[in-house]
Amino acid sequence: MSKQVVQLSRVVIRFAGDSGDGMQLTGDRFTSETAGMGNDLSTLPDFPAEIRAPAGTLPGVSAFQLHFADHDIMTPGDSPNVLVAMNPAALKANLGDVPRGADIIVNTDEFTKRNLVKVGYEANPIEDGSLDAFKVHPIALTSMTVEALKEFDISKKDAERAKNMFALGLLCWLYHRPTEGTVDFLTAKFGKNPEIMKANLRAFEAGWSYGETTEEFSIQYEISPAPMKSGTYRNMSGNLALSYGLIAAAKLSGLTLFLGSYPITPASDILHELSRHKRFGVMTFQAEDEIAGVGAAIGAAYGGALGVTTTSGPGVALKSEAIGLAVSLELPLLVVDVQRGGPSTGLPTKTEQADLLQAMFGRNGEAPVPIVAPQSPSDCFFAAIEAARIAITYRTPVFLLSDGYLANGSEPWCVPDVSSLALIEPNFATELNHEAADGTMEFWPYLRDPETLARPWAVPGTAGLEHRIGGIEKADGAGTISYDPENHDKMVRLRQAKVDAVARTIPDLVVDDPDDDARVLILGWGSTYGPIGAACRLVRAEGKSVAQIHLRHLNPFPANLETILKSYDRVILPEMNLGQLSMLLRAKYLVDIIGYNQVRGMPFKSDELAAVITDVLQSL
Amino acid sequence: MTTDAFPALSLVPKADALQSAKDFKSDQEVRWCPGCGDYAILSTVQSFLPDLGLKRENIVFVSGIGCSSRFPYYLDTFGLHSIHGRAPAIATGLATSRPDLSVWVITGDGDALSIGGNHLIHALRRNVNLKILLFNNRIYGLTKGQYSPTSERGKITKSSPQGSLDYSFNPVSLALGAEATFVARTIDSDRKHLTEVLTAAAAHEGTALVEIYQNCNIFNDNAWEPLKDADTRDDLMMRLVHGEPIRFGKEQEKGVVRKSDGHLEVVEVAKVGLDNIISHDAHAKDPGLAFALSRLSNPRTLANTPIGVFRDITRPSYDRLMRDQIAEVTEAQGAGDLQTLLYGNDTWAVS
Ligand SMILES: Cc1ncc(C[n+]2csc(CCOP(=O)(O)OP(=O)(O)O)c2C)c(N)n1
Ligand code: SF4
Ligand SMILES: [Mg+2]
Repeated sequence: MSKQVVQLSRVVIRFAGDSGDGMQLTGDRFTSETAGMGNDLSTLPDFPAEIRAPAGTLPGVSAFQLHFADHDIMTPGDSPNVLVAMNPAALKANLGDVPRGADIIVNTDEFTKRNLVKVGYEANPIEDGSLDAFKVHPIALTSMTVEALKEFDISKKDAERAKNMFALGLLCWLYHRPTEGTVDFLTAKFGKNPEIMKANLRAFEAGWSYGETTEEFSIQYEISPAPMKSGTYRNMSGNLALSYGLIAAAKLSGLTLFLGSYPITPASDILHELSRHKRFGVMTFQAEDEIAGVGAAIGAAYGGALGVTTTSGPGVALKSEAIGLAVSLELPLLVVDVQRGGPSTGLPTKTEQADLLQAMFGRNGEAPVPIVAPQSPSDCFFAAIEAARIAITYRTPVFLLSDGYLANGSEPWCVPDVSSLALIEPNFATELNHEAADGTMEFWPYLRDPETLARPWAVPGTAGLEHRIGGIEKADGAGTISYDPENHDKMVRLRQAKVDAVARTIPDLVVDDPDDDARVLILGWGSTYGPIGAACRLVRAEGKSVAQIHLRHLNPFPANLETILKSYDRVILPEMNLGQLSMLLRAKYLVDIIGYNQVRGMPFKSDELAAVITDVLQSL
Repeated sequence: MTTDAFPALSLVPKADALQSAKDFKSDQEVRWCPGCGDYAILSTVQSFLPDLGLKRENIVFVSGIGCSSRFPYYLDTFGLHSIHGRAPAIATGLATSRPDLSVWVITGDGDALSIGGNHLIHALRRNVNLKILLFNNRIYGLTKGQYSPTSERGKITKSSPQGSLDYSFNPVSLALGAEATFVARTIDSDRKHLTEVLTAAAAHEGTALVEIYQNCNIFNDNAWEPLKDADTRDDLMMRLVHGEPIRFGKEQEKGVVRKSDGHLEVVEVAKVGLDNIISHDAHAKDPGLAFALSRLSNPRTLANTPIGVFRDITRPSYDRLMRDQIAEVTEAQGAGDLQTLLYGNDTWAVS
């Protein structure tokens, strides 16, 4: 049967099922095939905090959304064009996001009376007409998979588990995705268990063939590759990019990478990833708690390593005192906070931007710390290098504020040429640096570089530079214990001035305003870059003007930020918190900010932000 | 003494010339109360360090917070005075990443056993190459005299006017329970014994915990006096020597036997015969004997208090294992190439 082929410019697919249904894997595989096709893409995994909530329940639903297109896109998509619902819970949990007219593929085998009751359906929604507004494709995914695998010597349970591969095969057919990658992947994944491997491969093929033969689908879709700048591409997720950025920063600075960390969602993957790269000399230390993690990183930094600690908000709370010590010791240190919903345990697997003020102020005393935030999954690579540059150059702890959405989301990445990355010079102290009153030379651990205000990094093993320092206030220059009031006032101001001095090496912000006539500015920081950018496009497509800037440096701010803020009639700032950056900007620049805030654990939708911009434009 | 006596320090560069105690004195004015036991420990450590024959710049003292933790300021080595309780964690990062350093941790009974208890036990079980000197004065000195985790129950202090309710820790028992490979106890004023114990600790590969009974003459004066007073000490204190029968008393009339139920007991040697007195075995794989010895003492009267090396066994240090693992992986896979890493296995080209 020959089928009609329709060209589409973009599609959003959401795979949803039980935690045990392998939806994340299915999504990953589809993403890989899509990346290989040369489409631009953006993904959003959304999984529960529980490893396996009871099967078939709403809390157990795990989803993976993928947006891909023949042009460059900025978000994982507001709402799915296709929902794959592996059970009633997945349907119920996701239906609210599905626009009328969209396709819904349901696994009818799971729509049993018992499963329906479990999630509160009184009647079967596939049959009672409640889905009439959608294009529903009822497919017996489980039984067809079992049927296709009947000749294999595997248990019924194993056969049923392959149903995600059947679904993947069907979607690959539907969207003209190549299959070699998945075949290779399954071959490698189940290499030790050939029967299971063959069964999964068969399920995958069966799904594909089903698409080709069934009358359920009369149309096949094609999405052409997106034009992208030339280069070698790969798909990249945030935590992976961040890990690679750390390895790169160590290489660029010639320092040993030492990670002290304690597992916590959504940061653990960085610990896992770095543990795999011992051949780069990376040392990973899984500590007894977050305090020990940062403590060990500080100890390593004292010894001349690139000390890093990775965590999420609750871990930062525990590390606060030690970060203050690093501020006082003026040692390079990277504190990576992959933010999640708070307070307390909050929403461990969901995203939020509510740790900004914790990073900014969450220490005793005046303890300023530079803050850097990546804006997209692959940007975590460059943001990590930038954070390391600041830490090493200025001898200071630096916060790198990622979040759950960046950590797990992915996008195509044009892999940079390593030789194009700037080196970072650690400039270890090797010489006595001060002439004492009697004319002899001595070492002053707090004698500052006049340009950066950074102190010398004199590591143990350097003859003649033996010195003692600690968290007690130190005399300016000499670094000996000092309780002198004037000295303390001076040192507090010097530490602040040093952090402020970082602004001199931060590039000016460039406003994105294609028509150059915007009166409204929208700004953001971190992972909101995608939704804000997409919202600006929607607004501009209607012939209206809006200007956009995005902050990578949150402390200190870029030097031209004030001028920019003050040259617009209105400034809008969407944040996944209750207005933390707004508060900082208002306090610092006395500008009014129109905050748009939500803390739902999910990224903004671009049409929602476009509506916010449009409202403000209309109010002018 | 030659440096060969310290195989555990084989990776630490050796000094070019003989050193003296004076070389290890910093120019900082010492700020402990006159009469504080910390002075005696400082002086002994300054005299002992030249024995190691190491380059001064390759020695680091890391401390927490407390009177005792001011120690690093007074030594002309590298020194890091950190935050309360965290010195073992900080020193772990330093020692693990720098095998060419001799790393010492200075801590107090509050620093190590209250706020820093977690880090202490984990450093011990990991066997990181650290020598931890725990100054036990059974009181919080720096905060002016509250009871500590080693204070005897019922102690009257500012924060326990009717007597503390807490049952105390025995640091040696705690360390042995935490899988420590080296555990010893000594006394601030016994220069010779302190030096011997420090020497044994320095020779040990991995974490060594040395509990030092220290007098705080301001807030808990004479806490250990019965063990120092010439009239009482021999009756109360047993000196553990590996391979020797465990005997003590003015006339060596007391000894330790193992009862039929397995427990240890202090008896009169004359009654049981010397053959029945057990010998100390610091190298025993099983920590049972060392632990039983640590339980003999009475925390209130200090009767039957053992000092010396309770346990000293061989287990590769954490930092060595980490270095070996990195070396093995690098050997097997070859050194990493960043560009290759960034590309990964799944790329596509756009022209
Ligand atoms: C986080 C924190 N909590 C509390 C203190 C206050 N503090 C300083 S030293 C100390 C106790 C020290 O006792 P110990 O470790 O026995 O040392 P000593 O002074 O007796 O040598 C306390 C509670 C502190 N510095 N930091
Ligand atoms: S308070 Fe006690 S421990 Fe502290 S310096 Fe004085 S005597 Fe020593
Ligand atoms: Mg004390």
